[in-house]
Amino acid sequence: MEEDTIICRCEDLTLADIRKTIKSGHQNPQVIKRLTRCGMGPCQGSTCRELLLKEVASAAGKSVGELEMTTYRPPTKPIKIKSMLGADKDDS
Amino acid sequence: MKKPEIAIVGGGPAGLSAALSAVRQGAQVMLIDRDPVLGGQLVKQTHMFFGSKKQYAAIRGIDIPQKLLAALQEEGNGKFDPRVNTTVLGCYDDGVLLLEKEDRAELIQPRKIIIATGAAEKMLPFPGNDLPGVYGAGAVQTLMNVYGIKPGTRVLMIGAGNIGLIVSYQLLQAGVEVTAIIEGAPKIGGYLVHATKVRRAGIPILTSHTIKKAYGCDSVEGAVLCNLDEKWCAVPGTEQSLAVDVICLAVGLTPQTELLWQAGCEQQYLPELGGYVPLRSEKMQTSLSHLFVAGDAACIEEAGSAMVEGKIAGLFAAADLGYAENVEALNETFSRELEELRSGPAGAKIRQGLSRLKGGAQVC
Repeated sequence: MEEDTIICRCEDLTLADIRKTIKSGHQNPQVIKRLTRCGMGPCQGSTCRELLLKEVASAAGKSVGELEMTTYRPPTKPIKIKSMLGADKDDS
Repeated sequence: MKKPEIAIVGGGPAGLSAALSAVRQGAQVMLIDRDPVLGGQLVKQTHMFFGSKKQYAAIRGIDIPQKLLAALQEEGNGKFDPRVNTTVLGCYDDGVLLLEKEDRAELIQPRKIIIATGAAEKMLPFPGNDLPGVYGAGAVQTLMNVYGIKPGTRVLMIGAGNIGLIVSYQLLQAGVEVTAIIEGAPKIGGYLVHATKVRRAGIPILTSHTIKKAYGCDSVEGAVLCNLDEKWCAVPGTEQSLAVDVICLAVGLTPQTELLWQAGCEQQYLPELGGYVPLRSEKMQTSLSHLFVAGDAACIEEAGSAMVEGKIAGLFAAADLGYAENVEALNETFSRELEELRSGPAGAKIRQGLSRLKGGAQVC
């Protein structure tokens, strides 16, 4: 596959970017995510997460299930700061 | 902070059935969906369903939500609280959900949560896959069947599973030309009844074929295909170019499990079930006792099994709250329905995946 193939559309990362990071010695998807921002854009990895995991798995000679999964955090979609300012403060 | 007895995330076939099942037992249910109308993917499924009458066989997908909603209105007795245009932004380990509607956030603390968030479409990596004109099949179906918009004039469909075959036929119905359906595997993955329908309409289905790249200046102008050998490697010299303005990806679905990950549910990677799936018991209860799961979020199957899993999750979420009438008999009926749905050759992959699921989930 040609290396200018886009893997993460939100962060504009190509297959070459991912492979370069793997070649520099990283085989942990969590670390690669932090180094490249793969999966940290508006779609929160729903397009690229599996592509990243498969690329790392094939480079590491492992199955996807053996890799450390990247962390999921709220919010699930981009929101305006004003929506949080109006959040319920009642702890009762 | 509101404390509904049961909150269900996702108002598709699984979520609606879970709501009805829980309400029938007497529980109070809040059903949350990010879309303006309930029904999930059913709202664009203009084709008739197969299978058993209990799962609405011979009824069009688009007509099923109304039936479930009518029952919920009739039997809900003030206990059914639907929330549309509402997104669940967070699912925390203490059972709190963070909701957002029209730029306003709200925290709720339901006693039980049923995650019925469905699936996400898988992406295929190839050069040019970021050009406008490359769509997921689900997006094409939404554009056509919900909004009445044609995605383009000449389509290349990638994937000959049921979604690829059905969406190809619906493109034809909308007056769009489908140039070819290509499939990487040596065999058609979907039901042959769907495949013969598109073949009769003159659409070639090319197995052992993949897309090498998409080309075009500002948007898709064409695609280059090539043959695959039995090891899924491109065969040199087999490239052919196809002039299309839409490339539609129907290369599989993966469970939408992000809220389950956030909450800290244990999960297992099982490609037969679509990717990472939450561990759960035969009650559809996850490793966290207040969290249940149903439908494609639990494993990629069909709307029929999603509805039955919803009934089971709704039944046991309600039972845990003390609404325990007739639970065993109902569960026996539901489990048998699920077993029947998974019994044929089409269910082999699901049966295999479920048998590998750690912690003793239901195996037929």
